[in-house]
Amino acid sequence: MQRIGVFVCWCGSNIAGTVDVQAVSEALKLEPGVVFSTNYQYMCSQAGQQIIKDAIKEHKLTGIVVCSCSPRMHEATFRKTAAAAGLNPYMVEIANIREQCSWVHKDVPTGTEKAIILGKAAVAKVNLNAPLTPGESPVTKRALVIGGGIAGIQTALDIADAGFPVDIVEKKPTIGGKMAQLDKTFPTLDCAACILTPKMVDVAQNEKIRIFSYSEVEEVKGFVGNFDVKIKKKARYVNEDVCTGCGACTEKCPQKKVPNEFNLGMDNRRAIYIPFAQAVPKVATIDPNYCTMLKTGKCGVCSKVCTAGAIDYKQQDQIIEEKYGAIVVATGFNPISMDKFEEYAYSQSKDVITSLEFERLTNAAGPTAGKLLRPSDLEHPHTIVFVQCVGSRCENCAEKGKEYCSKICCMYTAKHAMLVRDKYPDTEVYVFYIDVRTPGKNFDEFYRRAVEEYGVHYIKGMVGKVTPEGNKLKVQASDLIMNKQVHIDADLVVLAAAIEPDKSARPLATMLTASMDTNDFFTEAHPKLRPVESPTAGVFLSGACQGPKDIPETVSQAGAAASKVIGLLAKDKLTGNPCIASPNEQMCNGCSSCERVCPYGAITYVDKEFRMPDRTTLMRRVAQVNPAVCQGCGACTVACPSGAMDLRGFASAQIIAEVDAICK
Amino acid sequence: MKVSYFPGCTLKTKAKDLDLYARKSAEVLGITLEEIENWQCCGGVFTTAKDEVATKLSSVRVLKAAKDKDQALVTVCSACHNVVKQTNSAMQNDKEFADKVNRYMGEDGGYDGSTEVYHFLELIRDVVGFDKVKEKVVNPLNGEKIAAYYGCLLLRPGKVMQMDDPENPTIIEDLIRALGGEPVIYNQRNECCGGYVVMEDPALAESKSKKITSNARSFGAERMVTACPLCKYNLEKNGSDLPVVYFTELLAQALGVKEECK
Repeated sequence: MQRIGVFVCWCGSNIAGTVDVQAVSEALKLEPGVVFSTNYQYMCSQAGQQIIKDAIKEHKLTGIVVCSCSPRMHEATFRKTAAAAGLNPYMVEIANIREQCSWVHKDVPTGTEKAIILGKAAVAKVNLNAPLTPGESPVTKRALVIGGGIAGIQTALDIADAGFPVDIVEKKPTIGGKMAQLDKTFPTLDCAACILTPKMVDVAQNEKIRIFSYSEVEEVKGFVGNFDVKIKKKARYVNEDVCTGCGACTEKCPQKKVPNEFNLGMDNRRAIYIPFAQAVPKVATIDPNYCTMLKTGKCGVCSKVCTAGAIDYKQQDQIIEEKYGAIVVATGFNPISMDKFEEYAYSQSKDVITSLEFERLTNAAGPTAGKLLRPSDLEHPHTIVFVQCVGSRCENCAEKGKEYCSKICCMYTAKHAMLVRDKYPDTEVYVFYIDVRTPGKNFDEFYRRAVEEYGVHYIKGMVGKVTPEGNKLKVQASDLIMNKQVHIDADLVVLAAAIEPDKSARPLATMLTASMDTNDFFTEAHPKLRPVESPTAGVFLSGACQGPKDIPETVSQAGAAASKVIGLLAKDKLTGNPCIASPNEQMCNGCSSCERVCPYGAITYVDKEFRMPDRTTLMRRVAQVNPAVCQGCGACTVACPSGAMDLRGFASAQIIAEVDAICK
Repeated sequence: MKVSYFPGCTLKTKAKDLDLYARKSAEVLGITLEEIENWQCCGGVFTTAKDEVATKLSSVRVLKAAKDKDQALVTVCSACHNVVKQTNSAMQNDKEFADKVNRYMGEDGGYDGSTEVYHFLELIRDVVGFDKVKEKVVNPLNGEKIAAYYGCLLLRPGKVMQMDDPENPTIIEDLIRALGGEPVIYNQRNECCGGYVVMEDPALAESKSKKITSNARSFGAERMVTACPLCKYNLEKNGSDLPVVYFTELLAQALGVKEECK
């Protein structure tokens, strides 16, 4: 028989306001096994914990029930208290009489009655509790960062700085991500390349960091501290270790008509290419979709001009297998497609562009060498219309845009507008907006400068229609403040397209068993208190894969994710959760039902010898649980048809005892 | 293929051409238009007032008549099509409205919104196919520059009508191409002609229509084509001297049956 102590918490007036705590502690004193019962103002306080410790010793308690807040809040606290008094921490049960009782009831009799029932259930369970000891698993001291944009770069640098090896997997031929494509950055207007490329060089030169560029994560197995990852290094048909990045091949390649994705297709590159001058690693890549040699077997110009002998047309995809202790997701974002926004005539005119295309048009390394020229006729535009919220804050239009605010557009549009007015004062600039949202350090000041000092025309209202006519774009819009229609003949229209998570994020989330929201942004473990961790242990989030973010915010989150990774990798061993599945081999009939439902691959089958009552030996196939892999979800206990599978700490008998206590 | 056909009032009076040419062309294309018996006005406009049921009942009766024959329902007039299609969608998706309507229907029996509603243009595109139409052309339009005018009712609300991209449609242009003409893409092609505003503020309607026709002309159009009697009225009355015809006339001309209609 257990000797159980019951501790009822008032939680100030949170519980005591709607629950008669004295009545609860007295009622529970009468339950079987209960030898001690009391109540106190704040059980979680030091004094409250002392009451528990003293009672454990004085009454030789073998189990305790704390009637308090949700176990998510203080279960760990009271387990530690019990352990400090020499009691196994898994002999502690929490009856949640706050969130599930006092907070949801208004009158004291109902609240008290329910609190007593919840307490009885917990007592019934503790009567069947057994001491549990958690296992330990080692930690592989290497981190994987998926995505090589500014988020991934910063995370990798910070982890490496703490002395742990890091691998970056980037699907493009170079790291750098979206930031490498930007011209200037708000609100300071420093050049994006000037602040990003030194970091890219740091990554390349850091001995602790390996870059797998032009590579993708193929498979992830294992669990926190012990991930087994397969990385596919796509064939780039150039030997990375030999290529010097001289670029001779990219000048001589006869296939000149390949849309250059770095400039968003606004100019062309060759079939063998280096995305941009500061690319890391600075090695060439052959695009197999356009390379004549790879397609027809006839050409070989790049191989002839390469003095280093780096070209290898026979290169194959390569699979790299590596172990990691932690994984950071930094897969970033993309602007949404403008295909479904025909009212802005994006597909009908080359002079309707997205903001990212605008960045390339004003970038010195872009298709126009930094001169702002209309894509259609390379003339200088004299009237530019910016449209904000294209696809953002789009209510009831899931098939077209996004319901959320993309967050960065107000600021980069103010930046674009200001830069145009600064460089080309003869240009009239209009910005159409729903709201201007510029919170952030020096952000609102920046936007006001665009309006007040640079004379950008900000008009509250949306553009209804853009129609190309001759070499003009007829813009029809509404001015909500003046309450009138506005017609502007523009030379260039720039659309601030909503941003969405990269398409690679969804399959990656499945591989990692990490959760996502309905917009395919990764979900954090807690929106306020654990913003850089995924609910899946060992998986961390960095940058826009978790939600729209600007550069400063991305860099802070990247650093925060790195510090969480460092905290994990600094440990030699991880304490596991002892509440895992355990099969009763006598009852197991080897049907494999549990193996099929286990989401973690923790169950295997073995053939085992059993002594029968008639002294014969029988070989039977029975389930085995890998304690390091099992997460204690309980799916197998439900699936098992013979009732052989049980969850430690949550055995069927314990649950039924709780239900019985409630229904009595 | 046999389909139920709802011409609508205007097609029996002011817009006889739209109706006659559609019937003749359909014959050539292997479609039998079976006119619904004892049909009434579609209701004229699909009012957005939630409690308005009476004006929508005639549309429901038409839809039900088609359903009783297990046929798809075809309309030609943009306005009728708009009302019938929106009513059908409301019968499918607005339970409260559907319940009310079905109580009014009384002895006629209930209707569940399951009739398939086609505009004649959709029928040609989706059932016949523009390539098939092209084969049947005996009198090609010889590259005549024709401006398609969509107006408001044919395509909007886009979610309900689901005929084409309401901002950048192609269906009439594709038809013109199939008939051997050269479609003129001009930017006012789906702006409003002024519609019923012509009754209350003729000057406004005039300015809207003028804008459309002069825009089409500036892009080199020789003729304009529409599916809506009211658009045709406004464009002709208030627009320039650019000829405006129904798309069915164009079709009948190219299929070589125009003269038979006279």
